[in-house]
Amino acid sequence: MPKKRTEKKTFRLGEFLIERCIQGVALISLLFICLIFVFVFREAFPLFTGQAKEPVAQADVGASETYGEEPGAALTVDHPELEQKQEPFKARHLLAKEWQPVSLNPKYGLLPLLWGSLKVTLVALLLAGPIGIFAALYTSSFAPRWAREGMKPVIEILAGFPSVVIGFFALVILASLLQRFFGFQYRLNAFTGGLAMAFAVIPIIYTVSEDALAAIPKTLTEASLALGATKWETALFVVLPAATPGIFAAVLLGFGRAFGETMIVLMATGNAAILTASLTDPVRTLSATIGAEMAEVVFGDIHYRVLFFIGALLFIISFGLNAIAEFFVRNRLMKRFKGI
Amino acid sequence: MTRSKGLVGRLVVGFTGACAFLSVAAVVWIMATIIWGGHTHLTWAFISQVPSEGMTEGGVFPAIVGTFFLVVIMSLVGVPVGTITAIYLSEYVGRQSKMAQVIRFAVNTLAGIPAIVFGLFGLGFFVQFSGNSLDKIFYHGALHWAQPNILWASLTMALLTLPVVIVSVEEAIKTVPQDLREASLALGATRWQTIRKVVLPGSMGGILTGAILAVSRGAGEVAPILFTGAAYFLPQLPHRFTDQFMELGYHVFIMTTQSTDVEKTLPIQYATTLVLLLLTFTLNFSAIALRARIRRRRVAA
Repeated sequence: MPKKRTEKKTFRLGEFLIERCIQGVALISLLFICLIFVFVFREAFPLFTGQAKEPVAQADVGASETYGEEPGAALTVDHPELEQKQEPFKARHLLAKEWQPVSLNPKYGLLPLLWGSLKVTLVALLLAGPIGIFAALYTSSFAPRWAREGMKPVIEILAGFPSVVIGFFALVILASLLQRFFGFQYRLNAFTGGLAMAFAVIPIIYTVSEDALAAIPKTLTEASLALGATKWETALFVVLPAATPGIFAAVLLGFGRAFGETMIVLMATGNAAILTASLTDPVRTLSATIGAEMAEVVFGDIHYRVLFFIGALLFIISFGLNAIAEFFVRNRLMKRFKGI
Repeated sequence: MTRSKGLVGRLVVGFTGACAFLSVAAVVWIMATIIWGGHTHLTWAFISQVPSEGMTEGGVFPAIVGTFFLVVIMSLVGVPVGTITAIYLSEYVGRQSKMAQVIRFAVNTLAGIPAIVFGLFGLGFFVQFSGNSLDKIFYHGALHWAQPNILWASLTMALLTLPVVIVSVEEAIKTVPQDLREASLALGATRWQTIRKVVLPGSMGGILTGAILAVSRGAGEVAPILFTGAAYFLPQLPHRFTDQFMELGYHVFIMTTQSTDVEKTLPIQYATTLVLLLLTFTLNFSAIALRARIRRRRVAA
């Protein structure tokens, strides 16, 4: 009688170890997301526990308002040039209307920076949004085959332009051109920066919208055409509405990209932290502030921690936008088509 | 192709077509301007010389070498990690498993984090935390690793480009036909043997594409290296992990914003930008071509 073979999988130590190793490596991404979270927040956290302070001499701390912390904690560094009287940092100082981190009486109000980021992002989205979405609609609904197949690589090339190249282009060419054309008072301003940013945002909005439009089931368009709708009616009133969640996700991702992008705004917005309504005034964005000032701060002082806090803000915003965008693409879009 | 009747139809097609044309025109405009402005100054001497006269003359040789070292170290770390992650996601866990979803979410998040935040993380984690720990353990607190250098910059950049590799390799692994895997398993090969002998050779093109795209991205990003290792000017090339380095993108940035004489160095700025643009363009273009070939193969299979 032949020996009965067991159906059970034989255990192989080598295979098991390799699988564990591969799993370990695969978890690196997750590990580093957590580490980024921890390390960016860790540097910003003392701002809110009242432990952060300017590197001032002990005598001065005694004279100022204390706010519950021990004077002369471990963070105190000896920097004679920064010795002065000042009240300790409080979280509400971040809501001030002025950003003057390097002055005798430093002010860390984030509002002008946030406003600057929003202005640039708004301009970029208003320009790149319609262009990206309608270009995607054109390629998915109207374009002849050659145009459709030629479009993707070109957009990928645009996406592959380093942001310093776009920044350089904006700084050297675009700024002068726009100033001459519109007569801007300042060569570098929010509008110029936003327009340059649009170049970086178009590829994202285009690609994600295109994916959403291409995912619309053929049955929908065919039904519409069969009912006598023309091609453009089908595109505008059937395909576009059906892809709304995906297009919304595209705009969100574009927002995230524009909000976090550093080099373009650092080079093309003029970097003045002022709180005005005009789009043609220079602005300083959150990200550009980190890029411009981090190299010059003293490790561990308030300015350093505020910059990390800005980084934490950018992290949270991009994280949130991604989560929402993913929710819209995965859940809404897919659920909508599962019924069909 | 389009048979839209009526004026509105033509307007709709025309308007959307104009939007598509604008996107293409932007690419052509940017490239043409930079090629036009930089091609006269882009000579062999410019590529092979070091900057001189307080960076108002000379070439960009150290920046090219620095960029090269940066992307090599970055790829040596990022490509294996990205490839293995992609293998795990597509070969070991099912699409719907909790593990795959968590890792995928992490990779997507990583891809969405602004580059400047990676720079902050590099400063906080690599330079400060890892650097200080290494110095305490090996050098009794003497300053060796706890300052910006090319290793920390490369590792930061590897993290930034990890999603690019993962996505590209995963796509290539999908092109390996399921029949091949099943044939290999049916012949008694183990899962790892199948991956090593069947799946990996079949997705070599995808791994290469991922590496090229990562290099292109890494060569173009400046924000992550602003405070993790890039230097304004260095008299010598980096030859240790603890050295700082010059980099093309960073060079463009400082030449345009912090140069002593912005007008006079304009040709250098143009030419440096052109070198960077040509580098990333060539890399991206080969990646696109390579991927098109892989996709054709999938269609044929």
